[in-house]
Amino acid sequence: MTGVNRLDGGLIDRTKPMRFTFDGIGFTGFEGDTLASALLANDVRLMGRSFKYHRPRGPMTSGSEEPNALVALRSGARKEPNTRATTAELFAGLSATSQNRWPSLRWDAMAVNDRLSQFFAAGFYYKTFMWPAAFWEKVYEPIIRRAAGLGTLSHEPDPDSYDKGFLHCDLLVIGTGPSGLMAALTAARAGADVIIADEDFLPGGRLSAETHMIEGQSGAAWAAASVAELQALPNVRVMTRSTVIGAFDHGIYGVVERVSDHLKEPFAGKPRQILWRVYSKRAILAAGATERPIVFENNDRPGIMLASAVRAYVNRWAVTPARQVAIFTNNDDGHRTARDLAAKGVDVTAVIDTRLDAPTSADYQVIAGGVVVQTWGRLGLTQIEVRTPKGESLRIPCGALGVSGGWNPNVHLTCHQGARPVWNDTIAAFVPGNSLPPGLIPTGAADGAFSTYEALSSGQKAAHVALSDLGIPHKVSDLPEAEDAPVNITPFWHVASAKRAWVDQQNDVTAKDVQLAHQENFVSVEHLKRYTTLGMATDQGKTSNTAGLAIMADIAGKSIPEVGTTMFRPPYTPTAIGVLAGRARDEDFRPIRKTPSHVWAEEQGAVFVEVGMWLRAQWFPKPGETHWRQSVDREVLQTRKSVGICDVTTLGKIDVQGTDAAAFLNKVYCNGFAQLPVGRTRYGLMLREDAIAMDDGTAARLAEDHFVVTTTTANAVPVYRHMEFVRQCLFPDMDVQLISTTEAWAQFAVAGPKSRALLQQIIDPPFDISNDAFPFMACAEITVTGGLRARLFRISFSGELAFEIAVPTRYGDALMRRMMDVGAGFDVVAYGTEALSVMRIEKGHAAGNELNGTTTALNLGMGRMVSKKKDAIGSTLSEREGLTEGDALKLVGLKPVDPDHNVPAGAHLMTKGATVSAANDQGYVTSACFSPNLGCHIGLAYLKSGDSRMGEIIRLVSPLTGVDHDVEVVSAHFVDPKGERLRA
Amino acid sequence: MHDLRAITPLGRSEPVVEVHGTVTMTEVTDVALASVAARRGREPETLAALERVLGDAPPAPGCLGGKTLTAFWMGPDLWMIEAPNDTHEDLAAQLAALSSGAMSVTEQTDAWCRFDLTGERLADVFERLCAANIRAFQGGEAVRTTIHHLGCYILCRTPAHMSVIGARSSAGSLHHALRTALVSAL
Repeated sequence: MTGVNRLDGGLIDRTKPMRFTFDGIGFTGFEGDTLASALLANDVRLMGRSFKYHRPRGPMTSGSEEPNALVALRSGARKEPNTRATTAELFAGLSATSQNRWPSLRWDAMAVNDRLSQFFAAGFYYKTFMWPAAFWEKVYEPIIRRAAGLGTLSHEPDPDSYDKGFLHCDLLVIGTGPSGLMAALTAARAGADVIIADEDFLPGGRLSAETHMIEGQSGAAWAAASVAELQALPNVRVMTRSTVIGAFDHGIYGVVERVSDHLKEPFAGKPRQILWRVYSKRAILAAGATERPIVFENNDRPGIMLASAVRAYVNRWAVTPARQVAIFTNNDDGHRTARDLAAKGVDVTAVIDTRLDAPTSADYQVIAGGVVVQTWGRLGLTQIEVRTPKGESLRIPCGALGVSGGWNPNVHLTCHQGARPVWNDTIAAFVPGNSLPPGLIPTGAADGAFSTYEALSSGQKAAHVALSDLGIPHKVSDLPEAEDAPVNITPFWHVASAKRAWVDQQNDVTAKDVQLAHQENFVSVEHLKRYTTLGMATDQGKTSNTAGLAIMADIAGKSIPEVGTTMFRPPYTPTAIGVLAGRARDEDFRPIRKTPSHVWAEEQGAVFVEVGMWLRAQWFPKPGETHWRQSVDREVLQTRKSVGICDVTTLGKIDVQGTDAAAFLNKVYCNGFAQLPVGRTRYGLMLREDAIAMDDGTAARLAEDHFVVTTTTANAVPVYRHMEFVRQCLFPDMDVQLISTTEAWAQFAVAGPKSRALLQQIIDPPFDISNDAFPFMACAEITVTGGLRARLFRISFSGELAFEIAVPTRYGDALMRRMMDVGAGFDVVAYGTEALSVMRIEKGHAAGNELNGTTTALNLGMGRMVSKKKDAIGSTLSEREGLTEGDALKLVGLKPVDPDHNVPAGAHLMTKGATVSAANDQGYVTSACFSPNLGCHIGLAYLKSGDSRMGEIIRLVSPLTGVDHDVEVVSAHFVDPKGERLRA
Repeated sequence: MHDLRAITPLGRSEPVVEVHGTVTMTEVTDVALASVAARRGREPETLAALERVLGDAPPAPGCLGGKTLTAFWMGPDLWMIEAPNDTHEDLAAQLAALSSGAMSVTEQTDAWCRFDLTGERLADVFERLCAANIRAFQGGEAVRTTIHHLGCYILCRTPAHMSVIGARSSAGSLHHALRTALVSAL
């Protein structure tokens, strides 16, 4: 019930037993267990099958660096593959299944790969799957897709929500081991705002796994007391279950907080995880170090672990991985595990130390100068073979082997901004170099200072540096007493005679693969990584990179620092895509902007279209209409016959004021505005500096010093930004002020022969909008419906007699309803963006399709609009030769010769009789639609010298869609070419 | 008097009020807004005119200020003035009249939506929404920031009373973001 491998003590809560299942079998563990510790307690060492060869595997570690014990946690939509059993916090009802095996973990058919291993060496896929060529798509790729990858997704939408968050602090301390806690206490006691974060659920770092004493109490008790003090301080935020995933620019760190992964389900309405962006003034990296193994024959059997992991299971989780344990080490630290095991009554069958001068013990045998050369026990270690310096071969029984090859400081965050770590011979490991992310100080084991006392003292020192930088006064206080053992290590990376020795266990990379890479000349460490896939699994090579490059160094005859490390990149550990997305998913992916008449349009059953972030009514289907063409054709015909209303609020509106307002507009528009009378609007074309047309719109002069400029919907922000740049940077001496008013005014186009009559029903009596009093292009501030302030512009996009009326946005809905109401007597119709587009194409008005970033005023047929009398942005370059060639593109209209043919937008134009080729390309179609007024499809197009080719029949081709028919070049102004309706 | 009925930024006839935990979120629709930019060379007159209107010097960058009427800083020589809509529906016209050409005034009332959050633990809510260091605010701060891809102003009237001002057309998205954070954080 309590688990056959349980020991006394530990930091688990035996008053809280928990039932859980693994591969359908029920077990019991305790609060404080991880899935791995609870399984080991129940004598389960086999937890997974390796990636390529499907070898039986068990946990190698007790932390987030775990390569082997990867399980699928939970089922259904919340199933998460590749969950490390070593960090999965146990909860009642936890259910996990093993991965990458069929039909079962104990009997996996794919283990046949292990027998065929010579065909699956590193890079095999570069040398296979090539013949026959036809097999690739139909045979090889499907098989590879099924076989490759680790773990499977649920294929269901993620039901959980994730938050983003933002925190600010003076000091971010990364890690709650002795160094981090000391740093946080020092800074917090001085009054700094401190955030301290740890990926573990129990703060304390290695103190939770060791038997070290600090100031007379256990390290774990000291940690608990320190955390309690920190939690009680108002200027400290302690974050557990929170991984600092990356060191980003400007002191910003990413922290993923696992809010509810240790619970059966998240609380309703609460996020499962939060991605915090922490803005720190200073940061301390107290991330500790990770032990590395030694590489030897069959070093991957379930039960073979890092020695420090065995120690953690024994001390923190009160579990021994087996009743008989051996140790294989090249340094003094491995012996700590043997001592801790012996102290708990576990049988230590041998300590095999590669060093001839290894320390001895009275409690167990030490084989100095020995190496492990073989292991047995396919589904779980049973015994090992040791070769002594004398050449003897010893069989040692053991169900677990703790391996210690030394410790690697967790330098990762110091290298996230492109730096590389440097080699330190004393500890035979890489430590942070001199080029660090600004404001980040590594301390303790992360900086290569491995003793507890060094951790405490370096943490305190780092905090002092940070406090001084922050200008926060502080005193130096005494450090607690703690062990200060030196590091004694003689590097020993691999047993050279081994045939199948595992370097990267998660990606199944062997020492032979490293040799193969060298043989094939992939010697640079970056090539070694990618050719062998060493370090490319979800554990990012945390327990394998160093051995890999040490072996490469050996073969290549280089030193380890000469081989170097690969680039370190965030995230530090695997991170759910969901937490990176936060709330921005599905309909919340981005904000929605609604027009003032949106509610009314919804009531009408309008079909909406996304225009950037806006939702605009595209058409308004009436009962009985089953196809959009019916609605759109109706809206177009009725508008041109009587009157139509369209919400045009989305077009940009920019308020331009100041004594130099007109002079300013003269600079941004290529045509003239200085002489525009008050009460008049003018069409304006804005060019880029290189004379390419940027945007078009209108400017209405409401007063000497007051214009309202309009832009296209898509360019509302870019044009405003451009105008601000011109104002602030190009002409800072001009007296002109700008502000956007797109949102402030609801604006409606009222178009058609009855538009004036309709508007006269709502415009207050003093305002005369007869043709004489309010001619084409007039503008005025007026009032409507008995005193509401409004603005009226007599402009027309449709080509009909038309106005645009604006009221403060809150009244837009009511105005729309009122106009539809009074308009009933005039046969009013609401029209959407489709009808709007059809009408402007019929009229030959340019829009975004024609202003496509490659066209000029000349191409648009507006060459003469570029004023020669004043300098404006784009004027000078508009005269360059390349833009003014004789056969420049000109905007024309197109009509199909056969009225049943269409005019696809994007189609290209060829002279009749010429072969279809880019060399013969005469131009292309920019806009096209079915014209209900002409009864056929029409288009607008750019055609070389188009203005002098009226009436010509040319060939319209769309090779990709097989369209090839004749069209007639006509004027772009299909409807009312003389503009009589406009001026009515 | 005209007879057109206004609707709220959320498209309803009445503003929304909701309570989540310790916080009340109130949609505010009865405040008139106008932007005031000093014209070139007329900055001293603008400051003087605004001081008369606000009953206090116009606020410095990043600040909210004013006694008779409130205002917040929007940019160099640019402020947003707030006033009760009941008495100041023509706020822009009123301000323009006072300025004798020294200021460029623009009506802003309907360009914005506003949600006030009042109560305890507001900082816990805002740390899920934006990068501004709301927890450090003491009252009188007015910052421009982003909430769920929406540019917003956050005005700290007091640490227990914050106004979030966003573009009117995306009121629905802003409201949704605020409500989600309230449920999530409290």
